Amino acid sequence: MHIDHAHAPLRPIKYRRSRLSMLRKNLNRTSWPARIGLAVVILYAVMAIFAAVLAPFGEADVVSTEPFAPWSLVHLFGTDQLGRDVFSRLIYGARNSVGIAFITTTIAIFIGGSLGILSAISHPWLDYLLSTLADTLMAIPQLIFALILLALFGSSIPSIVLIIAVLSATQIFRLSRSLARNIAVMEFIEAAHLRGEKPPWIIAREILPNILPTLLAEFGLRFCFVFLTISALSFLGLGIQPPSADWGTMVRESATFISYGNITPLLPAIAIALLTVCINFVIDWFLDVASGLRDDQ
Amino acid sequence: MGSGFVTLFIVSLIIFAAIAVLPGDFAKVALGRSATPETVANFQRSLGLDRPVTERYVSWIGGAVKGDLGVSFSSGPGTPRTVNSIIGPRLKNTLFLAAIAALISVPMALLFGIIAAIRRNSWLDRSLNALTLVGISFPEFFVAYVLMLLLAVKLPIFYSLARITPGMDVVEIAERLALPVATICFGIIAHMMRMTRAAIINLLSSPYIEMAKLKGTAPWIIVLRHALPNAWAPISAVIAFNLAYLIVGVVVVEVVFVYPGIGQAMVDAVRSRDIPVVQGCALIFATAYILLNLLADVIAIATNPRLAHPR
Repeated sequence: MHIDHAHAPLRPIKYRRSRLSMLRKNLNRTSWPARIGLAVVILYAVMAIFAAVLAPFGEADVVSTEPFAPWSLVHLFGTDQLGRDVFSRLIYGARNSVGIAFITTTIAIFIGGSLGILSAISHPWLDYLLSTLADTLMAIPQLIFALILLALFGSSIPSIVLIIAVLSATQIFRLSRSLARNIAVMEFIEAAHLRGEKPPWIIAREILPNILPTLLAEFGLRFCFVFLTISALSFLGLGIQPPSADWGTMVRESATFISYGNITPLLPAIAIALLTVCINFVIDWFLDVASGLRDDQ
Repeated sequence: MGSGFVTLFIVSLIIFAAIAVLPGDFAKVALGRSATPETVANFQRSLGLDRPVTERYVSWIGGAVKGDLGVSFSSGPGTPRTVNSIIGPRLKNTLFLAAIAALISVPMALLFGIIAAIRRNSWLDRSLNALTLVGISFPEFFVAYVLMLLLAVKLPIFYSLARITPGMDVVEIAERLALPVATICFGIIAHMMRMTRAAIINLLSSPYIEMAKLKGTAPWIIVLRHALPNAWAPISAVIAFNLAYLIVGVVVVEVVFVYPGIGQAMVDAVRSRDIPVVQGCALIFATAYILLNLLADVIAIATNPRLAHPR
């Protein structure tokens, strides 16, 4: 490009942003709740992954002869009813509680999402069958349904994961079905059909990219619900079983201490509450970014 | 109307299928390892487990319609304990707790939701929104224990255990139920308020509301006379939907505050795998939920004549 007429105001050339600079731009645009939220989510992830390194004591090790020891330098948050270190169990709890909720939500979004898209683009009878099934499963309040199934199969981690995943999948099914139906009637889908593309290609290249942001936000919201449901079940003594450190179970085991004004039993509950609030902050920010409404302003 | 009963029928089938697909032999589990085959057979006969599935379903649902939910697995041979004797007295307590919570939370949620919708994006709306976010994302037991710590232990105003005995006067019952009711309300007001706000805002953007505004109608008349009559249908759906949260809240809150209701009975029964009691409680919860949804549909039809004539 020759600069012959330097006096004329040159419009800056607009490069297409790289993914990294897009990410940086979006991060710069975050509000402070979203920044706190992201920081907390990352902190939890680190805690879950490096629990064995970070925790001063083992998950189920009895490290003190004194049950319910007060807070001290050795045992930061004291010990529990068996003399296990509460601080270490809190860190391991991130792995168990958050990890199990994460796996459950992943299964749920996979089942619900794929069946929803399938239902939207396949024969009406299959659509009817799947929709009726989902509606029937949703006719019973989720916790009550989970309690029935737990009474049946007993509470072990695989059965909790599967039960909650299937029950949550009904909601995701409804959402992804209605999203995919809206996309499936668009002209570019018809064009793809006419080009002779096969259904798997259409799903992967045309439908999925269009509904992915909403599904990702749904993943976050659903994760909160799943996490709260599993915590409630554990708190009721029907979820993750001891000796695994789990936040719901930990609240239940030390709950009597509340009556003496001790806040140690509240720590795992605070851990649960903090994560759900922060995920909500992140989702709000994500939806804001994904909708692209404020882009290039 | 019919669809509600069809759903109820399917739900009862699902709940009953619990027994039909039972893995393992519950009679053996209930009687312990030392039971001889004869006692197991006797026990099975006394519980009716030896009959075919369809026959058992018919007799179970027939009994349930008449208010008889069968015999608990916890009954020893010769000493039958009916499900009714376990959950009967508790049902009244749970209904009482749920009714009080609903009576307080529904008007409050509607009021706050409408206020937040009218004064959209004001500081009031924002702070209510922040509060509801907290209400949605905190686990019930956390709210319950924080309330207990603050209002029963640090400041001994209320009781940390909601034990009520017959013969208490109204003031005492109110004092004992204050914290459980507050916990349940906190969660469901948050959900209901958010959805009410969304429903009203949705309506306020419709053209006829703008017309009313252009005519110079006062804001509160617009909301009460123009928006609200059309909002009853979505609002009643919102309320019915949120009573599911009420049920969840009731189960957890009953356990936290040791309140003798069916939520607690159900949790105990799940732990001891006492299937008939679980089925009975589940049937009661599911029936209440479906009937409330049906009521919401009826309100929607009654307030919107267009829905009375299906296309």
